[in-house]
Amino acid sequence: MHPLSLLADSSGLQFQFDLPFFLKFVFQPTPALIGGLAITIYASIIAQAMGVVLGIFSALAGMARNRVFRTISQVYVWFFRGTPVLVQISLVYFGTPYLLGGLDLFPNHAVLGPIDLRGAVLAGTFALGVNEGAYMSEIVRAGIMSVDPGQTEAAKSLGMTYGLTMRRIVLPQALRVIIPPLGNEFNNMLKTTSLMSVIAVQELYGNALNVYSASFKPFEVFFGVALYYLLLTTIWSTIQGRIERRLGASTARVEEPRTMRRLFGLGGSGAAGGR
Amino acid sequence: MTGPSGDILSAIGGVPRPPTDVVVDAREVVKRFGALIVLKGVSLEVRRAEVVVVIGPSGSGKTTFIRCINHLEKVQGGRIFVNGHLIGYREDGGKLVEDREANIARQRQEIGMVFQRFNLFPHMTALANIVEAPMRVRGVPVAEATEMGRALLARVGLAHKADSYPAQLSGGQQQRVAIARALAMKPALMLFDEPTSALDPEMIGEVLEVMKELAREGMTMIVVSHEMGFAREVADRVVMMDDGQIIEEGTPEHFFTSPSHERTQSFLSKIL
Repeated sequence: MHPLSLLADSSGLQFQFDLPFFLKFVFQPTPALIGGLAITIYASIIAQAMGVVLGIFSALAGMARNRVFRTISQVYVWFFRGTPVLVQISLVYFGTPYLLGGLDLFPNHAVLGPIDLRGAVLAGTFALGVNEGAYMSEIVRAGIMSVDPGQTEAAKSLGMTYGLTMRRIVLPQALRVIIPPLGNEFNNMLKTTSLMSVIAVQELYGNALNVYSASFKPFEVFFGVALYYLLLTTIWSTIQGRIERRLGASTARVEEPRTMRRLFGLGGSGAAGGR
Repeated sequence: MTGPSGDILSAIGGVPRPPTDVVVDAREVVKRFGALIVLKGVSLEVRRAEVVVVIGPSGSGKTTFIRCINHLEKVQGGRIFVNGHLIGYREDGGKLVEDREANIARQRQEIGMVFQRFNLFPHMTALANIVEAPMRVRGVPVAEATEMGRALLARVGLAHKADSYPAQLSGGQQQRVAIARALAMKPALMLFDEPTSALDPEMIGEVLEVMKELAREGMTMIVVSHEMGFAREVADRVVMMDDGQIIEEGTPEHFFTSPSHERTQSFLSKIL
């Protein structure tokens, strides 16, 4: 007898896989689930973008001559890397309005065009972005430090100011070192947004939680939502791979343009054909 | 041969004319790295269109000295004036205070510098390297900057390399682009920090040719280099540094025929 059918047919066993329910959950997603998917995606993108901007500023502050700037950057990184992001989300959403005398920082409804900017989404995204900035700070710092100091000297000697030197000369070169870990950070971010469910954001996982409490089909629901996350991270991996290949090609082009282009052309089609 | 075709400075509209007769006036410059005193009171005057070659053993402070002239190094004592302006500092009640960053950047626009390791921007083409500062710092329009950049590249014998990235160029070609990049800011003074010592021997000549041409056209130059052939041909003055001090100064002929200081004699005997 087939082992699975044994499992499914024996009424005494706990494991009952409701295949139709599972397929419906995954392949005929409710509008609510689609909405949750949308929140997961845009919250990830906004929080990551915020993290990159904050990270650049924090890295520059951390490398500044001014001690005050350096201290601000150090404390920021220390606090947000040293505490759980779950706590930070709660702190921002529940804590800050309380601290500010009940000021409604995150109103329940602020619909901006097609985007449902509910207070909790706003607070959660903000918390994730600030948290991410602390990690990006270290990544950007490593990137900047990887650039030859001679580059800064050459820029200075041409009369370029600090800001211009950073923007035009140092940061573009630091990108080569920053991009790969940045891609990994975004992969993490896609999954970390699920923590926003703690402040009742109806993102992907929050939605799954609702479906679960209504259906009591934990395996179907959580495995189904896991597939959704897997889909997101897989798509992102493909995009990341492409970005990194382009980046690799552009730095390689500097050394051996034709050979590298030919190699990548061959490598690309070969890999596609092999799979 | 892709050597320089004459009249390099016409590409930037003629010889930039320093506003003062004395272009560099360094007085008693003192530089310390922690407990180590690298410059022990160096004074040097460089006049308009003069070419000064600074020689000396490694560790004598010659590179540090020219880096002080465009304030890539802070000084702990003395003053440096370029075109009559105090470099890097302002006087505040008799005390020297480091100047604002924007002012320092403005002063550096007048001072071109060429580095031992070229320091071209690797993410930009040769032409982009040259037009970057004129466009972003001086606000020169794209068309004008590009025209000047191409003219400069042609004059240093690299017209065909405008769209090449630095890593696609030989050391000698990179250094010629670096010289063109510095000239594009129309500096009144050019500093060369051992411009040929990172080059393979067969590439030294092409870089020296460009520098000789510049010297002939009347550019004011300070060159840290041991290329005595170059010094003999175009230098107005040779300065010998040792242990953070200038120990001897004179014409190239003086150094070839009758160097007076014993340290100079032993140094020259090693490099000639």
